Amino acid sequence: MTQLANQTVNQMPSSDSAPLLEIHDLEVGFRTQRGLVPAVRGVNLTLYPGQTLAIVGESGSGKTTTAQAIIKLLAGTGQVTGGQILFEGRDLTTLTAAEMQAVRGREIGYVPQDPMSNLNPVWNIGFQVAEAIRANSDLRGKALKQRTIEVLQEAGLADAADRLKQYPHQFSGGMRQRVLIGIGLSARPKLLIADEPTSALDVTVQRQILDHLATLTRDYGTSVLFITHDLGLAAERAEQLVVMYKGKVVESGPSQEILANPQHPYTQRLVAAAPSLASRRIQAKKNQDAPAPEIFSAGGTDTALITRATERELAASGKDLISVEGITKMYRIRTSGLKHDELLAVNDVSFGVKKGTTTAIVGESGSGKSTVAKLILQLESLTSGRIEFEGRDVAGLKGRELLNFRRRVQPVFQDPYGSLDPQYNVGNTIAEPLLAHRVGTKKERQKRVLELLEQVSLPAATQFRYPSELSGGQRQRIAIARALALKPDVLVLDEAVSALDVLVQGQILNLLTELQTELNLTYLFITHDLAVVRLVADNVCVMQKGRIVEAASTDDVFDNPREVYTQDLLAAIPGGDFEFGR
Amino acid sequence: MLWYTGKRLLQMIPVFFGATFLIYFMVFSLPGDPIAALYGERPPSPAVIAQIRAEYNLDQPFIVQYLLYIGNFFQGDLGTTYSGRSVSDVMASAFPITARLAMLALAFEAFFGILVGLIAGLRKGKLFDASALVVSLLLISVPTFVIGFVLQFVFGVQLGWARTTVSGAAPLDELILPALVLASVSFAYIVRLTRASVSDNLNADFVRTATAKGLSRPRVVTVHVLRNSLVPVITFLGVDIGSLMVGAIVTEGIFNINGVGGTVFKAIRLGEGPTVVSFIAVMVVIFVLANLLVDLLYAALDPRIRYAK
Repeated sequence: MTQLANQTVNQMPSSDSAPLLEIHDLEVGFRTQRGLVPAVRGVNLTLYPGQTLAIVGESGSGKTTTAQAIIKLLAGTGQVTGGQILFEGRDLTTLTAAEMQAVRGREIGYVPQDPMSNLNPVWNIGFQVAEAIRANSDLRGKALKQRTIEVLQEAGLADAADRLKQYPHQFSGGMRQRVLIGIGLSARPKLLIADEPTSALDVTVQRQILDHLATLTRDYGTSVLFITHDLGLAAERAEQLVVMYKGKVVESGPSQEILANPQHPYTQRLVAAAPSLASRRIQAKKNQDAPAPEIFSAGGTDTALITRATERELAASGKDLISVEGITKMYRIRTSGLKHDELLAVNDVSFGVKKGTTTAIVGESGSGKSTVAKLILQLESLTSGRIEFEGRDVAGLKGRELLNFRRRVQPVFQDPYGSLDPQYNVGNTIAEPLLAHRVGTKKERQKRVLELLEQVSLPAATQFRYPSELSGGQRQRIAIARALALKPDVLVLDEAVSALDVLVQGQILNLLTELQTELNLTYLFITHDLAVVRLVADNVCVMQKGRIVEAASTDDVFDNPREVYTQDLLAAIPGGDFEFGR
Repeated sequence: MLWYTGKRLLQMIPVFFGATFLIYFMVFSLPGDPIAALYGERPPSPAVIAQIRAEYNLDQPFIVQYLLYIGNFFQGDLGTTYSGRSVSDVMASAFPITARLAMLALAFEAFFGILVGLIAGLRKGKLFDASALVVSLLLISVPTFVIGFVLQFVFGVQLGWARTTVSGAAPLDELILPALVLASVSFAYIVRLTRASVSDNLNADFVRTATAKGLSRPRVVTVHVLRNSLVPVITFLGVDIGSLMVGAIVTEGIFNINGVGGTVFKAIRLGEGPTVVSFIAVMVVIFVLANLLVDLLYAALDPRIRYAK
C-alpha cells in the first residue's frame, strides 16, 4: 500500500523541483521497562516546496510522534530507531544538538496543538515572540520590538502594539493560537509543522485561523505539514493526504482521490465516521433526491445514523416533556472593590422538548449553552423564567420531589477522564446512583449493573476494572450506563462526544441512537459541533451570547439557515467544498 | 497591589495583640515563683520580695499586668529583665546576631539548594540525581544537633578550619559553620522541591515550544524551566525565614551563640513575662512580614496571581 501510495505522490505534476522533506522508512520507539515500544513503524512521505500535506489518524496513530521526530523534540524516552529524515537533502536524524538548534525556528517552524499550555504563563506575550525572533535573526532593541509587533499583526492581532505586555492568561484561546502561529512563522521558515493547530478552538474561530494560516503560508511560499484527526479538515486544507494507523502509513495520495475513493479499510472507516463528512453526505443525499445506497462510501459504520437522519420525520406531536419559558440566568462578577458587573449568561431562552426526541443546543464557548443544561438539571438556580417537566414547575422542588426529578433527568458530561472517580471500580460507579436513591437490594443492583453494561455493549467483566485501565470511549460508555441506571426519561448530554476520536465518536452516537429507540429516551444534546447535530438531533436551538438566535427542526436549520450566525457555523464545518459519491 | 499590601499590614494588628496576649497568659500561668527562682537557695526577706513584686507589677491581677505591659510597650519601654537589664538592650544585642546567622543560612540553602535541585532535576535518574536524593534524605533524617556536633568536630577540632565556638560579637566569618548546620535540613527540602518542580516543568508543552523556536538549551532551562520552578521554592523559603529566626536554639546552643533562641529559652525558664513576650512579639511581626513578602514575590513570579483588592 505504501509503495503504491508513493508512486502516486511521485507522479504529481508539482514535482518539478527537488522535494523539501523526504521521510524514508522512519521508525520511532519509546524506551520502557519492557523494552522498546515502537510508535512509528516505517513511515514514508514526501513534501515538495510550497505544498501542504496532511497526516491524518486517530490518537495513538503516531502522527504527532512523526512530526516531533522531524524537529527532534520527541517526548520523554522517544528516539528514532531507523530511517532517514531528509530536509533539503540533509539527514536531520544525524545532526548534532547545536546544528538542530539552527534548523528549529529558522528552517522549520512549529505550531503546537494546545494553545492553552504552549505559552509560558509567567512571561508576557511580547517577550515570548521577541525571544523567537532574537534566536533566529540579528535584530535587537527597537528593530526587534518593531518586528515583534509586525509578526503579531501578520498573525491577525491588530492591536499587537498595545498588548505586548499582556500575559497568556489575558488572551483567548484563538488569540493565543494566533500568537503561536506568529512565532512559528516569525523567521519565515521553509517548512511549518502544524500539529492539530485548531482542535481546541470553536469552529468559527478554527475556520478564521486556518484561512489566515493558509494565506500566510501561500504568501511566503511555506510548505505545511498539517497534523489532524479530522479527515474533512485535512481534505479541505491539504493537497496531499497521508493516513496513519498504528504507526504505519496505510494510504497516501492526493486528498480528493483518497476521500472520493478510499482504498484501505481503515481509511474507509475514517471517511465514513467523520461527522463533518457524514453531515455533508446527508445534505448531499437529500439535495440530490437520490436514495441510492451507493452514496455512502463502502463500509460506512454510520449508515444507520445517516438513514435515521435522512428519514427523520418531524418530531412526534403531543405535549412537551420539558418546556422552558423565558429563562434567564444572571451572574454577578466582581470587577473592582465593591463594584459588580452583571453577566447575562442566559437571556430569555424558551424552547420545548417532546418525549422521545433529541433537541440539540448549539453554540460556541461562552454562548450559554452549558448554563442552560445546568439550569434544567437544577444545578443552578434561575434568575427568572420557568422550567416545566411534565407540566410541573421544577424551580421550587425540594427534598423528595427534587430527588425524584433527578432520577428522571440524568446528566452525561464531556470529560470521560474527569467524570469518573479513579478510586471506584466500574461496577461501583454504575451502582452508585442506585445506592444513592436506595433502589433495590445488593443482588438486584448487581443484576442491574450487568444489564446496563450489556446495554452499552461492554463485557460483564468490565465491572471489576478501574477507569484508568479503560479508553476514552469505554469510559464514556460507563458514564452513559451510570446515567441510565435509574431508568431516566431524559439524558442531558453536555458535549458528551466532543473529547472522543472520530471513530469512537461514531460508535457512541450509534449507541445513543439505539438506546433512544430501545428505551424511548429524550435527549438534550449540548454541543459546539454542528456536524454531530446533523447526525443525531431532531430539533436545533442555535445559541449566541445567551440568546437563542434560531430554533427549528434540524432539516430546516441545515437547509435554510436564516441567521447569519447559523450560516457561519454551517460554513465552518470542514469539507464544505467537497464532492462525494461520484 | 498597594491596597492588598496595606490590607495585609492592617491584619497584623489583631495578630499582634492576639499573640502577645496568649504568650503573656501562658508565661503568667507557668508554675513556680519567678522571684524565688531568681534567688535560689537563700530566699530574701518578705519585704524585699514584696518590693520586687511591686516593681515588676507581679502583685497586680493578670489583665492589669498585661495592659500595663502593652501600655509601656507602645511608649518604647519593653520593661526590664529580673537581673535589671532593659529588655530592649537584650534585644539589641541578640537580634542582630540571630538575624545575621539566619540570613547566612537562608543564602546558603537558597543558593546551593536551588543549584543542586536544578542539576538533579535536569539529570533525573543519573548518578548526580541519585546522590543528591540520598544526601538530602540523610540530612532530613539525622537530627540537627548530630550534624552540628559532627561538623564542629571535623572542621573545628580536627581540621581547625573554623572556631568551635563563636565569640561574643559573632562576626560573619565565624558564623559560616553554624549557618551551614542551620541550613542543612531546609537545604535538603529545597533540593527535593526544586528537583520535582524542574522535572515537571521540563515536560511542559511550553518548554517544547520554546525549544522549537530555536532557543539554546541553557536559555530554555534558565528562562522557561527555572523561573516557573521557583514559585513553590520561594514559598518555602519565605516560611523558612520565620523558623530560622526562631528555631536556631539548638544550633546556637552547640556553637555558644548569644542569639534570640538562647535568650528566649533562658527567659522562659525564669518566667520573665516581659522578656518572653517582647521577643515573641517581634518574631510574630517578622513572621507576618516574611509571609507578606512571599505572597508579593509569588505575584511577581507568576503573573496569573493577582490579589483581589
